[in-house]
Amino acid sequence: MASFWRNTRFWRFAGQAISVVLIVAALGFLGNNLFGNLRQLGIQFGFNFLKSQAGFTIGDIPFAYKPSDSYNLALLVGLLNSLRVISVGIILATAIGVTAGIARLSDNWLLRKLAIVYVEGLRNAPLLLQLFFWYFAVFLGLPSPENAVSFGFISFSNRGIGLLGLQLSPEFSALLAGLTIYTGTFIAEIVRGGIQSVPRGQWEAARSLGLKPGLLMRLVIFPQALRAILPPLSNQYLNLAKNSSLAIAVGYPDLYAIASTTFNQTGRAVEVMILICATYLTICLVISLLMNVYNRSVQLVER
Amino acid sequence: MNAKSKTPIAWLQRNLFNTWYNSLWTIVCFALLSWIAYGVGNWAFNKAQWEVVTSNLPLFFVGRYPADQVWRLWLVLVIVVGTIATGILNRKRRFLFILIPVCVLSILWLIGGGFFLTTVGTNLWNGLLLTLLAASISIVLAFPIGILLALGRQSSLPILRGFCTIYVELVRGLPLIGILFMAQVMLPLVLPSQIQLDRVVRAIAGLVLFNAAYLAENVRGGLQSIPRGQVEAAKALGLNTSLSLLLIVLPQALRTSIPAIVGQFISLFKDTSLLSLFALVELTGITRSILAQPEYLGRYAEVYLFIGLIYWVFCYTMSQVSRKLERKSI
Amino acid sequence: MLIAENVHKWYGKFQVLRGVSLTVSPGEVVVIMGPSGSGKSTFIRTFNALEDYQQGRIIIDGTELSADLRNIDTIRQEVGMVFQQFNLFPHLTVLQNVTLAPTYVRKWSKAKAEEVALQLLERVGILEQAQKFPGQLSGGQQQRVAIARALAMQPKIMLFDEPTSALDPEMVREVLDVMRSLAESGMTMIVVTHEVGFAREVADRIILMDEGLLVESASPIEFFQHPKEERTRKFLSQIL
Ligand SMILES: Nc1ncnc2c1ncn2[C@@H]1O[C@H](COP(=O)(O)OP(=O)(O)OP(=O)(O)O)[C@@H](O)[C@H]1O
Ligand SMILES: [Mg+2]
Repeated sequence: MASFWRNTRFWRFAGQAISVVLIVAALGFLGNNLFGNLRQLGIQFGFNFLKSQAGFTIGDIPFAYKPSDSYNLALLVGLLNSLRVISVGIILATAIGVTAGIARLSDNWLLRKLAIVYVEGLRNAPLLLQLFFWYFAVFLGLPSPENAVSFGFISFSNRGIGLLGLQLSPEFSALLAGLTIYTGTFIAEIVRGGIQSVPRGQWEAARSLGLKPGLLMRLVIFPQALRAILPPLSNQYLNLAKNSSLAIAVGYPDLYAIASTTFNQTGRAVEVMILICATYLTICLVISLLMNVYNRSVQLVER
Repeated sequence: MNAKSKTPIAWLQRNLFNTWYNSLWTIVCFALLSWIAYGVGNWAFNKAQWEVVTSNLPLFFVGRYPADQVWRLWLVLVIVVGTIATGILNRKRRFLFILIPVCVLSILWLIGGGFFLTTVGTNLWNGLLLTLLAASISIVLAFPIGILLALGRQSSLPILRGFCTIYVELVRGLPLIGILFMAQVMLPLVLPSQIQLDRVVRAIAGLVLFNAAYLAENVRGGLQSIPRGQVEAAKALGLNTSLSLLLIVLPQALRTSIPAIVGQFISLFKDTSLLSLFALVELTGITRSILAQPEYLGRYAEVYLFIGLIYWVFCYTMSQVSRKLERKSI
Repeated sequence: MLIAENVHKWYGKFQVLRGVSLTVSPGEVVVIMGPSGSGKSTFIRTFNALEDYQQGRIIIDGTELSADLRNIDTIRQEVGMVFQQFNLFPHLTVLQNVTLAPTYVRKWSKAKAEEVALQLLERVGILEQAQKFPGQLSGGQQQRVAIARALAMQPKIMLFDEPTSALDPEMVREVLDVMRSLAESGMTMIVVTHEVGFAREVADRIILMDEGLLVESASPIEFFQHPKEERTRKFLSQIL
């Protein structure tokens, strides 16, 4: 072992050691600055401040909340609001996306073109802008509830959407509309790709069995397309969940909006950041776990 | 097909009315379409007041950039178009490695000033100018970081691999708005207090940190698509690890991930609109000051449609170009 | 030229090589045969450090193959390798494939590398295809490019791992012809192959491997006509 610096094992070990040193040094540098700066600002790290009175009002509340309640409770309101828009959003976006994706492959020319215009038109403009548009230009521009635009059981006014006696705020409505319609374009492309990935032979075989188009789609093509659709689809669900944080742009009090207000009032940057990260990571993790379970059940059918 | 199919009637029959339910669809779609067309047309020609757009054009494009200095931006445009053209026309790509950094530096100099030019502070870089700058600077910086992260994730050193994996997965689990918040609020806290970063710089740092993680995933996909035999052949020829990465692995990996990378750039371009939530006056942010002018109060739809169109033109063009590239390489 | 002594290798608990020894003298052509999974590929891949080994010694042209990086570099320059799947670089032209290693590893000038490359391409009979990309060539042509690419480093030993197994039957001949002329020019070669005809005509020595052991080592005539080992007889009865 004369020349250890030319030894492969030495270099593997050295590489390992160097990467540890670099990572630790970088994190140490950042952490050290952080503690220095926090000390200078006179902030003591800790989550106790969450128990103090929040003092702000919240527009959309799923349960009785008053400004005299704690930050904890305010953040809980935000979390529930986020979950509400994410879950409804996922369902609606899937419905819109699947419809548009199938329409994109229809043999009806008009329907096909309509779907293309929808997909290409809306996925190439920023979601944030679309949210502004829905909120300021559409919902706030609608007539007052007395003159609401009504289609049977659903009515639209500048106070939001009225649905069978249920009143959805304009903020929630705008966010939901923007999220679902935007995500729907991506889902449509995924569904189209998935359906096209099913070999032609399957269509021909199903047709030769005399299946009608509706049944053919539902019984033969879609179950197979699902295998190609699910992995990118769960990515879109994750995107929708993450994008729901744009709620702040239309003033819907979701988790991020309330966390951000909390930061503005308390100046607790680190704690608020940890809260935001932990919540969104958990939401994303739960969605991917659920989708993985579903995905696996679909893939197993194949064997 | 046969000759008959060319007459318009036959075309209609085949494409719109071939079965009873298709005829029904056609009628429903047509009704919907005419309703929308009537509504939009009525609004656009009778109700909308497009003056808010026409009289504010410079604001949309360059914001408060001093009018007597705008020639510098035209020059930048010429440089950009020139570089892209030479890049496409010239077969020898190697000199691009020198050309691109030189261009980037001279563009920044032209926009920002200093050295013989009047200085224009970043607070005056607004509108579409800032959108384009933020997007291109972020992608240029995020790209090498993304490649390094992807290589790190493939590395045989467990600690390096673990670190890169955690970084990428962490960032991909967070909303961009959260990362931008971190960049605005946390970055000043974790850097030494002597370093004062500009709002624009912090925002770009956020975009870079965010996009590097996504690019890393794209590049990793490319890396994984390369057969093991390629590296083995390179080794057998005596190429060391860095040469085989540089000459064999990366060129192939990047080529296969081009469509994904363009897609990432498109979403980065749209994502720059989030900077408006952090008091930056890019294309989306500038609408706030335009809509605050008393004579244009409430002209939301006109303004949002107009800038939506600008975003759309850029994104649609890029996605079409990338689709062409993809088809060519197959 | 090449000395392998008592080489052992494990993949986790599974032992692939169980003490294989082999000595190859300059100019010798050794053919390795054996059933699938017997460790042939693994064995010859240890000769240019594509696989490591846990026990034993390998010395190539006086340089011992160890964990020493410089020795690995030297040996890889001395040993050329041709793979079953060609492994040409698809993003480079045929000419670039061949000049790559000489320019970057041997640091030859571009002119010299190209001159040598063109000579080699002529020798393997594909000079006209120099500017094409590998994807545009047939399997046999690709494998001949791969041989030229390995030869461009001017190796002292050439390793072939089933060079004709991935080829359509009508292309096998063109590759074997190139290998035969290479053997006639005095190149030291170690060839893993199932081509009995090639082994008979070209080999100086044939080796049978089975289950990570070297079973028999004999001249072609002895190997095919008077095998000493029962295992060899059984193997021959399966392939002949
Ligand atoms: N990376 C690996 N991990 C675990 N086992 C392996 C690995 N590579 C090869 N093996 C095993 O080692 C044994 C020998 O493999 P090797 O490729 O050397 O066989 P071979 O004689 O070349 O066979 P063939 O004629 O099929 O090419 C096989 O049983 C194989 O399954
Ligand atoms: Mg083998």
